[in-house]
Amino acid sequence: MNMKSITHLPKIIVLALLIGVLGACGTATNSGSIQLLNVSYDPTRELYVDFNEAFAKYWLETTNQEVTIEQSHGGSGKQGRAVVDGLEADVVTLALGYDIDAIVDAELIESDWQTQFDRNSAPYTSTIVFLVRKGNPKNILDWNDLIKDDVEVITPNPKTSGGARWNYLAAWGYALKQNNNSEDAAFQFVKELFKHVPVLDTGARGSTTTFVEREIGDVLLAWENEAYLSINELGPDQFDIVYPSLSILAEPPVAVVDKVVDKRGTREVAEAYLQYLYTPEGQKIAGDNYYRPTDPEVAAQFSDQFPELELLEIYKDFGGWKEAQTKHFADDGVFDQIYTPGS
Amino acid sequence: MSFVKFKRKRSSARSIIPGFRLTLGISMFYLSIIVFIPLAIIFLKSFELTFEQFWAAVTNARVLASYRVSFITALCAALINTFFGLIVAWVLVRYQFPGKKIIDALVDIPFALPTAVAGIALTAIYAKNGWIGSNLEPLGIKVAYAPLGIIVALTFIGIPFVVRTVQPVIEDLEKDMEEAAVMLGAYRFRTFFRIILPTLFPALLTGFTLAFARGIGEYGSVVFISGNMPLKTEISPLLIMTKLEQYDYAGATAIAAVMLIVSFILLLAINLLQWRMNRRMTSNS
Amino acid sequence: MAGVVNYHSSPHKNVREKHINEATWVRWSLISIAVLFIVIMIVLPLALVIVESLQKGFAVYIDAITDSDAFAALKLTLITALIAVPLNTVFGVLVAWAVSKFKFRGKQILLTLIDLPFAVSPVIAGLVFVLMFGAQGYFGPWLADHDIKVIFAVPGIIIATMFITVPFVAREIIPLMQQQGIGEEEAAISLGAKGFKVFWYVTLPNIKWGLLYGIILCNARAMGEFGAVSVVSGHIRGRTNTLPLHVEILYNEYQFSAAFAIASLLMLLAIFTLIVKAIVEWKEGLQSKRESIE
Repeated sequence: MNMKSITHLPKIIVLALLIGVLGACGTATNSGSIQLLNVSYDPTRELYVDFNEAFAKYWLETTNQEVTIEQSHGGSGKQGRAVVDGLEADVVTLALGYDIDAIVDAELIESDWQTQFDRNSAPYTSTIVFLVRKGNPKNILDWNDLIKDDVEVITPNPKTSGGARWNYLAAWGYALKQNNNSEDAAFQFVKELFKHVPVLDTGARGSTTTFVEREIGDVLLAWENEAYLSINELGPDQFDIVYPSLSILAEPPVAVVDKVVDKRGTREVAEAYLQYLYTPEGQKIAGDNYYRPTDPEVAAQFSDQFPELELLEIYKDFGGWKEAQTKHFADDGVFDQIYTPGS
Repeated sequence: MSFVKFKRKRSSARSIIPGFRLTLGISMFYLSIIVFIPLAIIFLKSFELTFEQFWAAVTNARVLASYRVSFITALCAALINTFFGLIVAWVLVRYQFPGKKIIDALVDIPFALPTAVAGIALTAIYAKNGWIGSNLEPLGIKVAYAPLGIIVALTFIGIPFVVRTVQPVIEDLEKDMEEAAVMLGAYRFRTFFRIILPTLFPALLTGFTLAFARGIGEYGSVVFISGNMPLKTEISPLLIMTKLEQYDYAGATAIAAVMLIVSFILLLAINLLQWRMNRRMTSNS
Repeated sequence: MAGVVNYHSSPHKNVREKHINEATWVRWSLISIAVLFIVIMIVLPLALVIVESLQKGFAVYIDAITDSDAFAALKLTLITALIAVPLNTVFGVLVAWAVSKFKFRGKQILLTLIDLPFAVSPVIAGLVFVLMFGAQGYFGPWLADHDIKVIFAVPGIIIATMFITVPFVAREIIPLMQQQGIGEEEAAISLGAKGFKVFWYVTLPNIKWGLLYGIILCNARAMGEFGAVSVVSGHIRGRTNTLPLHVEILYNEYQFSAAFAIASLLMLLAIFTLIVKAIVEWKEGLQSKRESIE
């Protein structure tokens, strides 16, 4: 670098700053059509890519207005926090009611959100299943097989992953049922279960990768939709899905973020967007993406894919998310006691 | 940080170099906005807890275990980096060998690679079906999903620090000292330990500190390779994340505040030590 | 991290004569250890990234890096680096001037504070800006009233990146300027040169290698930062995703090849700055050779 080029340095810096600022402004302006932001959790990416396309088409046909839907995905809790902290989501479609309740606490969503849409504002459901290696070499058929000596179980950390809380609660519910509702026995069961967990990833997709790519563990506790997706995307002939005798009804809820839609004037389209999830078209897209449709007629079309099984319910069997969270997953809750030194 | 009063010492008052107030003023203003105020926020937020709550949050058994994991693994990684970093820097400066330029360029890669990618790549290599992991597995050595894996990840992200700190100092080493040592009949080995190493020590210390500091806070690469088992491979930044997951911002900042204070004391101690050594060396010469 | 004066002006300057060099076997052992360390720790992960990115064929690789979301992420990453790096460079030079040319109380504390962003967990680095500028944060309501978006928008990403990369340039040139002392500047001033000119014509030529080196490291880190940016970005596809976040998204979509392709693109960007450095060094080498002939 000679002296001449050094004297150009300030000019270059000023130019760079200008380009940067202009670029930043450029991204802020938006075009004439309506924009919606759907803040969702990790495993729904594929679902909403399909659904957004269908809804945009439907909305253009019925109102002659163009709508583009932006997607944001991440861990359910992290996404809930982002909305609380000011991420301007028009709608949220998260993994747990608990995360939407946190947004309610920040007074961004009305507290009666669960009655705003049908079926507890859960347009599609899922459940927790076992993904095992092809042929099920360890013969894992039900929850109590998970604590057999030579079985390694892969599940994400319930403290950081919404999906993992469903896994944990399903195991807890199973143990309660097997032991005449003895909480002690349930505690011993989940404690034993987590002794068989060699890796606690922070999120559901991390666990899937650990199980599929790193070939660690004999069974992955996964959302049903994630299990199907892993089989189809990562290796059709490598894995089997096992349905345990009892599982849990996972109801990923949806809500309109009232404060944001009122401010941005997008209430109408935001509500229509979530409502569209309940139409036969929306339900079919959910089914195609391995979520269980809640519309009985659409569900019947997918009956081969989604076998009937006994399902626990979070509100009926665990007293709702707030209670489950405080009892099991808060600091020093039951889950932490599993990992207390010396216990 | 108003307790620090920047005042020029009288001894340099006659310096004719201009710009003290201007440069320090602008620097302090910039540092305040970008560093001090954000860091002060950590303490401000953690003060929302009562002292008992604060104490309980930062001395919980799992939190204590996580400090241990974080500090020990960061320490090991920084030591590994200091040892190998010195050799790499020495070789890059003193010797000619094919591929030297490439090795020199590769040293900076860990900064450019997003930490998550580094974590994923290292996990893939050291998992039991990976390139290295599959060879270590039969020997009973477990790297991925064990404390060793955290050390590997932290070593990776810290490599540039030691190499890039020591390299210029080796370049600047005066030939005369080594010549003199030889004339006095010292063996090469002895010259290295008696003459060269002490000269390099301040730079090594800086590199070690920076690598260590960076290792304590690292999150992105570690969560992939560590397995995150409570009490064994759970690092402090992960516990901060679990606090956040419960919407417990104050608890999260409490742990962050403790880590920050420890890091600050550590860095300050090493900066002071280095300053002393520099002063002694300049006063000797 | 100190820079280098006249780093490559003569490539063999630092190769010592036999009597003050190590025995051949020691030399080659050390070279082997160094090369082995770099190969195991850096080349292997690098190779893995490249192998994985090409696993599904070259077409997938090209698709991944020409995808519109990837392009948006690339643009955002470059904008962020273009703003954060020059500002941190100016800061680094100013603070280095103050610290190296003057004596004052509290210097060690100031230096330690500059180091501190290294020690702050990236997660926390992101969190503090959420606590400041988020809707529930200290300045959040004011920002909302004035309809200014910082967090979950481009400014937040830039500020978080600036925080993470503050120390690089300063840390690189401070030891260098301290070592060079103030003699040359004093001479220039006594000959009548004024403030900024002294810096421009006397100091800058002496520190330009260290400065360039600091800028390169700062830039690499700015483009590669993941943790802090992940907290403040909001992950809106095509709008607030940087390249590292785009890598995470692709990875979480099980598009492993595409994810590693983007990662390799990031490394190419880093190596690009290294190539620029090599060219500049090479030119400098030629120049100094010419000078020495004259």
